[in-house]
Amino acid sequence: MKWDEFFVTGDPMIYGADVSIVLTMVGILFYLTRYKKWKWLWTEWLTTVDHKKLGIMYIVSAVLMLFRGGVDALLMRTQLAVPEAKFLDSQHYNEIFTTHGTIMIIFMAMPFLIGIINVVVPLQIGARDVAYPYLNAVSFWTFFIGAMLFNISFVIGGSPSAGWTSYMPLASNELSPGPGQNYYLWGLQIAGIGTLLTGINFLVTILKMRAPGMTLFRMPMFTWSSLVTMVIIIFAFPILTVALALMSFDRLFGSHFFTLQGEGMDMLWANLFWLWGHPEVYIVILPAFGIFSEIISTFSKKTLFGYKAMIWSMLLIAGYSFLVWVHHFFTMGSGAAVNSVFSITTMAIGIPTGVKIFNWLFTMYRGKIQFTTPMLWSLGFIVNFVVGGVTGVMLAMAAADYQYHNTYFLVSHFHYVLIAGTVFGCFAGLIYWYPKMFGYKLNERIGKWVFWLFTIGFNVCFMPQYFLGLDGMPRRVYTYSEESGWGPLNMVSTLGGFMMGIAFLVLVYNMYYSFRFAKRETTGDAWGGRTLEWSTPSAMPPFYNFAKIPEVTGLDHFWRQKQAGKVEKLTAKDIKKIHMPSNSGVPFIMGSFFFVLGFGFVFDWIWMAFLGGIGVIGTLIYRSFEYDDGYYVSVEEVLETEKISK
Amino acid sequence: MANKTAANGHGGFPWKHLIGFLLSIVLTLVALWVALETDLSLTWILIIIFGFAFLQAALQLLMFMHLTENSTSTKLTGRVQVGNILFAAFVAIVIVVGSVWVMTAGHAKHDKHDEPKTENHGEHGGEEKSEEHGSH
Repeated sequence: MKWDEFFVTGDPMIYGADVSIVLTMVGILFYLTRYKKWKWLWTEWLTTVDHKKLGIMYIVSAVLMLFRGGVDALLMRTQLAVPEAKFLDSQHYNEIFTTHGTIMIIFMAMPFLIGIINVVVPLQIGARDVAYPYLNAVSFWTFFIGAMLFNISFVIGGSPSAGWTSYMPLASNELSPGPGQNYYLWGLQIAGIGTLLTGINFLVTILKMRAPGMTLFRMPMFTWSSLVTMVIIIFAFPILTVALALMSFDRLFGSHFFTLQGEGMDMLWANLFWLWGHPEVYIVILPAFGIFSEIISTFSKKTLFGYKAMIWSMLLIAGYSFLVWVHHFFTMGSGAAVNSVFSITTMAIGIPTGVKIFNWLFTMYRGKIQFTTPMLWSLGFIVNFVVGGVTGVMLAMAAADYQYHNTYFLVSHFHYVLIAGTVFGCFAGLIYWYPKMFGYKLNERIGKWVFWLFTIGFNVCFMPQYFLGLDGMPRRVYTYSEESGWGPLNMVSTLGGFMMGIAFLVLVYNMYYSFRFAKRETTGDAWGGRTLEWSTPSAMPPFYNFAKIPEVTGLDHFWRQKQAGKVEKLTAKDIKKIHMPSNSGVPFIMGSFFFVLGFGFVFDWIWMAFLGGIGVIGTLIYRSFEYDDGYYVSVEEVLETEKISK
Repeated sequence: MANKTAANGHGGFPWKHLIGFLLSIVLTLVALWVALETDLSLTWILIIIFGFAFLQAALQLLMFMHLTENSTSTKLTGRVQVGNILFAAFVAIVIVVGSVWVMTAGHAKHDKHDEPKTENHGEHGGEEKSEEHGSH
């Protein structure tokens, strides 16, 4: 392989990206060395097993990926703004829409939510860490390495271009030669390991580590939604793992699972992909539902309406989510019986979702609503998500789907649910729990600007796409003719897209502005919260979270304590020594070996993959013989951290 | 975290895991051998390797997945265990039966026959169906 096959060449935008990547790397290295931050980076972040720090790292990665995926989106919208534009050629456009979809779902939405779950869930259930802190670090590093492996594709080797669904035979060696598609397979495979481990970790954490008195039906709604999400992850992700492995066999070792030759079944890939892919949709929406539940309840000053109905509808959704996958390929031609059944299950899954919408509305009914930014995002969610939901039911009718499918109507539908649901949820959750993570709130005035810019931009961008779709504009095309008459609405859509881009920049500016100027929180209860995470005396909980594990007597325990004026004050005699897990560099090193393994497979350099594999197994063996039971935090240290005098 | 009671089963040599691991590898290799090296008919090969697959699934549930382990602490964990197994069975059946149904209904017929495009795909004669099975 020559160097110009290894590096992507020929496109000035790629050279620009190369330069900016090198400059950023040099800048980071210079900063770390100049200010002697290497040791800090290693001991505080790279080796940490603290769920709060891992959560912050997940969220930072997710925001970076949101930037990357957003730039992809704006490049696409620029190309589509006018008919017959020459900004991107078809191959480049295909690569960009593939990476946009994959990054936004796998490397933005999931880690953003998992990051928030990491920070919040142990605090909400009154635990000092997750059940398996070391495994949590392994989860993060496998996710991060998978994401980085996928992301370097656009400068080294070339990006995948078969769409985020990677349908066969388009994704086969014959139609997608080169390493691009392998990046997809190995990036997702490695990140998928991390997600599966997170699923197991948090399932056990929520079932086993709750504070005394917190029965399942006293758990906060966000913890419930996380629990249900973890169950779906555990059952859905193995399907993706197997499907990716089979396609990797097809591409690297010449097997015939999904190929056209050798009696392979190309559509079986689509079938398996959506068997995972539909539950995946609920993996990225249920935690967002949980976030909105917390926020709406907090800022309406009311207990969540229909607590149990919320839980049962989520459990129903978890079951149904495995029964609707065929609606992603009604037009494959499975026949009337199959399509009817999946049409009905798809419409049925709208019912529990509708129940939840009404529960949120009734929670607000006669509440003292405070219009804070997290609440604005939640209200925006209800309005916009319903638009996505209604068009979803339209798409669910198999016969009508023959008309809508493969058009911008569908594109607009899933952006309405994924942005108004998941992205609004991520923003709302980030702003709501920001003081828990950093000790100060994001500026509310700038935050409201972000909300209005983003929400208006979002509607300007995607509402026209419904009409473009009804007008027949197909998705996944890199350009269209003047005569089609789709030009004006596309221009409007592009303007909306750039408005969302500006909103993102203002959000990032708000992070900087608030870091500099925001008033630091003096108590742990920044918003007048209801659940345990707000009960810590300091704004940012210490690394052990709770000096004394709280005893829970009911739903919204902390709120009821405050109402009764009986918030417990810690005294010196409450403090006992605290058992905590030790930091470890092994997860990071294991992740690095995963990178070597994945990179080797991407370029079909089996020797390199083999070396990486040996490294991974080596770190596993090392861990098996490591007898580290953690350490104890002394009573003195706890007293000092909590500022309690003896 | 300081829950020492959860540590039962640690300490001694993990014979159960080793035997389960070795048996899993043996079952996989034998299945491979049956599929690649024997002259059995396709039907028999399928029956045998499906048998091995079920054996291996049972083996893993028993040897690695603590299927029979009694829960000593609360009633809840027992309920969670049962619910978990039932949901796993539900998902497994949906994946296997669902995939077979989706991949063979309608779609396969379009592939195999150049029939006139009519709306009532469901009404094929028995003769055609048996032909279809033979071709797989």
